[in-house]
Amino acid sequence: MTIRNVTVDILVIGGGTAGPIAAIKAKAKAPNLAVLLLDKANVKRSGAIAEGMDSVNNAIIPGYATPEQYVREITIANDGIVNQRALMAYAARSYDMIRELDKWGVKFEKDETGDYAVKKVHHLGSYVLPMPEGYNVKKVIFRQIKRLGVEVSNRLTATRLLIGKDGRVAGAIALDSRSGEIVLVRARAVVLCTGAAGRLGLPTSGYLFGTYENPTNAGDGYSMAYHAGAELSGLECFQINPLIKDYNGPACAYVTGPFGGYTVNARGERFIKSDYWSGQMMLEFWRELESGNGPVFLKLNHLADETVTRIENVLHVTERPSRGLFHKGRGADYRNDLVEMYISEIGLCGGHSASGVWVDEHARTTAPGLYAAGDLCNVAHNYMLGAMVYGQIAGEDAVDYIDGLALPDYDAEQVERERERILAPLARANGLSASKVEYKLRRMVNDYLQPPKVTRKMEIGLQRFAEIRDDLKQIKAGNPHELMRAIEVHAILDCAELAARASLYRTESRWGLYHYRIDFPERDDARWNCFVEARKDINGNPEFFKRPVPEYITPIDNDERNAYNELRIEAAHTQGTT
Amino acid sequence: MKQTRNNPELDVSIIVDHDKCIANKGCRVCIDACPTDILILDDEGKIRMAYDECWYCLPCQQDCPTKAIRVEMPYLVR
Repeated sequence: MTIRNVTVDILVIGGGTAGPIAAIKAKAKAPNLAVLLLDKANVKRSGAIAEGMDSVNNAIIPGYATPEQYVREITIANDGIVNQRALMAYAARSYDMIRELDKWGVKFEKDETGDYAVKKVHHLGSYVLPMPEGYNVKKVIFRQIKRLGVEVSNRLTATRLLIGKDGRVAGAIALDSRSGEIVLVRARAVVLCTGAAGRLGLPTSGYLFGTYENPTNAGDGYSMAYHAGAELSGLECFQINPLIKDYNGPACAYVTGPFGGYTVNARGERFIKSDYWSGQMMLEFWRELESGNGPVFLKLNHLADETVTRIENVLHVTERPSRGLFHKGRGADYRNDLVEMYISEIGLCGGHSASGVWVDEHARTTAPGLYAAGDLCNVAHNYMLGAMVYGQIAGEDAVDYIDGLALPDYDAEQVERERERILAPLARANGLSASKVEYKLRRMVNDYLQPPKVTRKMEIGLQRFAEIRDDLKQIKAGNPHELMRAIEVHAILDCAELAARASLYRTESRWGLYHYRIDFPERDDARWNCFVEARKDINGNPEFFKRPVPEYITPIDNDERNAYNELRIEAAHTQGTT
Repeated sequence: MKQTRNNPELDVSIIVDHDKCIANKGCRVCIDACPTDILILDDEGKIRMAYDECWYCLPCQQDCPTKAIRVEMPYLVR
């Protein structure tokens, strides 16, 4: 089969949230450059905000919060392990991005005076800006993509980055999941925006595609960056979220909180002070589920009928609009019924926790010519708006980076090896289906990696993952769609192995439930006040090492340092145990 | 009894009303909207769900110009 060749100046992989902004900003800065936005699905409706977004979780609006206060809040929420310069790069651009999106046509909630209607959900400051009509975000952004003449290529699953002979990233190899064609895209810089590793753990429903994250986000970017030699960071800081049980989507406390909704235990008592998603909050959530006080519920049935209607008009039209369908199917109504909540499967995600490809404040990874933005990069708690800002930073910086640089040569042997790896499942007469291998792999992820983490279990998990790596050679695919699913399993397996090894490397507990190790239950700042980094060594094996936390640019007061470790409402706990 | 080729393992949670669907006029909106690419035009020229990979995200239903699509929750999460 022939290989389709494409050459551009800047290649952006992933057309969800960060990617479109990266492409738009690169093209706006240098209209003469060829900028290609490549997506596994269709840019119009792809990624985490395919159905819009119900709120900005980290809006830094003058008069409500300052960039410095935001940087301190996230530093505390992430137990000190942050690059404050990277957080500040977002914080300083947050308000401008909101105003630009507003100008483009994205709708944010405003008060009677026309000011942004900021709400307090975080433990300390106010950063939540509701988007009750936020269902059109993707369409608004797509208009800008068309206006600027960004080239778009859909249904291409990138599988490996090209490494040039000079060591620079030189483009990517992709599979067309409709035609089965292999596509070689050469570029002078690549911006990787492939989202979270959302198909890592198996949802408790057992349904492979019933994930919290958009299931197209299988962890491809983590795997591609790793194999390109880039440093990955915080892979032991899992993403775990409190979700509507079985539905496995957000309830969502950020929307309901400002209306008076809150989380309760089976006794109807509050047990956490803040519904903002943090590892520390998840630990209290998990403890409540494990105690005699569970299950845990979202409580809205004390609210006035018209308030519930307003909540429904957000929750049932944007972000995950099938929430209404789910409740209806079970005859549940927020007015009468508590919403049963549960703990999601594990994932890797910079945007919600801090596990991603290491980037600096310019969105540069450690691999020359490679940028990362959005949920894939490790800028903590960055969410949708942080993804967009980092897309902007990456796109604009890439334009400067390639100035004067020639197109790197690529290695034809690498392309041939990758072509064989992608297409191998088509050639097999018999074999295992990709879905069966994926199911087993993700069940093992649940069995051995779901916190609380246990050393011996993670070691056994690594043995199982090694066995499944052998099974990859038996996967059979009957068409290009199944080929895409088969190659995704490779990426999921890379993520599982790296997540286990990073978790074993950090011999302490940190970030609440995200990295709660039974064998090392205490936080150990003397040894572990640092990032844990993973990278592929010269023999092709993963190596792990410590990276110091860069000096803070805005110091943390001692009286605030442990604020996120004091989320439990003790009264509820005491009542529960007597 | 009419024979069907339906695979009982496939949980068809995307219901297409073929009387309303205008795929025969060249419309491919739902196929393009689906993030997991599970909607296909079958040999009879009809849109159908081909893979058990629905994220119940709803763009297919919302973007359909004739409102021919109804998404149900997949059985395992219902």
